[in-house]
Amino acid sequence: MAETLAGAASDAAEAMPEFPMPRAAGCPFAPPPAVEELREQNPISKVRIWDGSTPWIVTGHALQRALLTDPRVSANDKSPGSFPFVTAYRREIAKYTPELIVNTDAPEHTRLRRMVNAPFIIKRIEAMRAPIQKIVDGLIDDMLAGPNPADLLTALALPVPSLVISELLGVPYADHEFFQENSSLALDRAAAPEDSRAASTALSTYLDDLLGKKLTDPGDDVLSEMAGRVEAGEMSRSEAVHMGVAMLIAGHETTATMISLGTLVLLENPEQLALVRDSGDPKVVAGAVEELLRYLSIVQVGLRRVATEDIEIGGQVIRAGDGLIMDVHAANWDPETFPGADQVDVTRPARQHNAFGYGPHQCLGQSLARLELQVVYGTLYRRVPTLRLAARVEDLAFDHSGTTYGVASLPVTW
Amino acid sequence: MRVELDEPKCVAAGQCVMASPEVFDQRDDDGVAILLEEQPADELLDGVREAVAICPAAAIRLVDQ
Repeated sequence: MAETLAGAASDAAEAMPEFPMPRAAGCPFAPPPAVEELREQNPISKVRIWDGSTPWIVTGHALQRALLTDPRVSANDKSPGSFPFVTAYRREIAKYTPELIVNTDAPEHTRLRRMVNAPFIIKRIEAMRAPIQKIVDGLIDDMLAGPNPADLLTALALPVPSLVISELLGVPYADHEFFQENSSLALDRAAAPEDSRAASTALSTYLDDLLGKKLTDPGDDVLSEMAGRVEAGEMSRSEAVHMGVAMLIAGHETTATMISLGTLVLLENPEQLALVRDSGDPKVVAGAVEELLRYLSIVQVGLRRVATEDIEIGGQVIRAGDGLIMDVHAANWDPETFPGADQVDVTRPARQHNAFGYGPHQCLGQSLARLELQVVYGTLYRRVPTLRLAARVEDLAFDHSGTTYGVASLPVTW
Repeated sequence: MRVELDEPKCVAAGQCVMASPEVFDQRDDDGVAILLEEQPADELLDGVREAVAICPAAAIRLVDQ
């Protein structure tokens, strides 16, 4: 009996699926079929990751929400046990990373998060609508005046978040190539660890230098605001620099990808595009933003956590120290929460998606991202109604190795 | 119906303000939610229900009274 059990256990270990899993050829927007299979069979099960460890993978929407708000589930990668790091480089730097909003739990997390919330409160974000509209209109003017076809990524998708986050943080836009390149390298799972390290160091040095300038010559921006908190002794200089780097990185590729891939999805679904383009109602555009966030769920490595106590949930017992991967794409395609989840439907109530995460660590910049996407989706297709793809979808270079999914370029014509 | 806000649980994501700006606001210095209307008029309840559903901290409740 014991033998049989041991045999069964080792069979199970051999059969344990590797994560992350590949997407199916010809289905650039769907979660990997193996992940969907896991959700159908058992929305909380185990996978094997790069370091040989076997964390739980949570693929059901309701289970994910329950665990992401469970105080026994920790984002602290220094917690005892097998925190499921995304890469070897991430595991290495965890030891040297100060306490930040991304790697702490309450009450420390609460203190840190409340220190950086101010620039992202709804009324301050909403006040950026007109300036962002101006940026988007200017970039579309330039695109229309330039060569046709154009690459939507370089013409619009990348410059919008770059300009916005530069203005918000108080980083000179002239340096955008430097920080675009380094943000991308720092997050690429395929990059050599030494390249990722060099990129992160370059960004930290740059931000530290800029913070120094803001201490003596403050402007009306977030970095100056943080410099003020450093001076007041509320925040250490290292915390401020790490937060600045995190905001710079987090605000870039993510929004750019939602602009490029969101446009691609709409171009591939003309009836949906028409709904967004022909409606003068900002609520319709806002609804389309939520649906595209749900449908694309671009964070493709999942949210990583570790259990600090035993947790009984979904017919399983998660032991203290077990790693957890929350696959947000799988959860956002859970048909129990989103009927017909594999279809993009901009009129669906999609607001309960986990694309920005859920629980205390839900994305700090989500309101800014929403605003940028609302302005872009609400403007681009209306101003360029003949917009269409200037390449075959199967020839596009999708990025499978980044923390977030993406496309290297998006040739469009009009 | 009465709205309850569990302030210490609030993570200041601002979702309630987006869903129901008549009932919720945020503190300027740290983004923590402020309850403007403890007993909102009936026509505001749909917004409040959405706020309850999307609050990432599950810090809002709508109770019968």
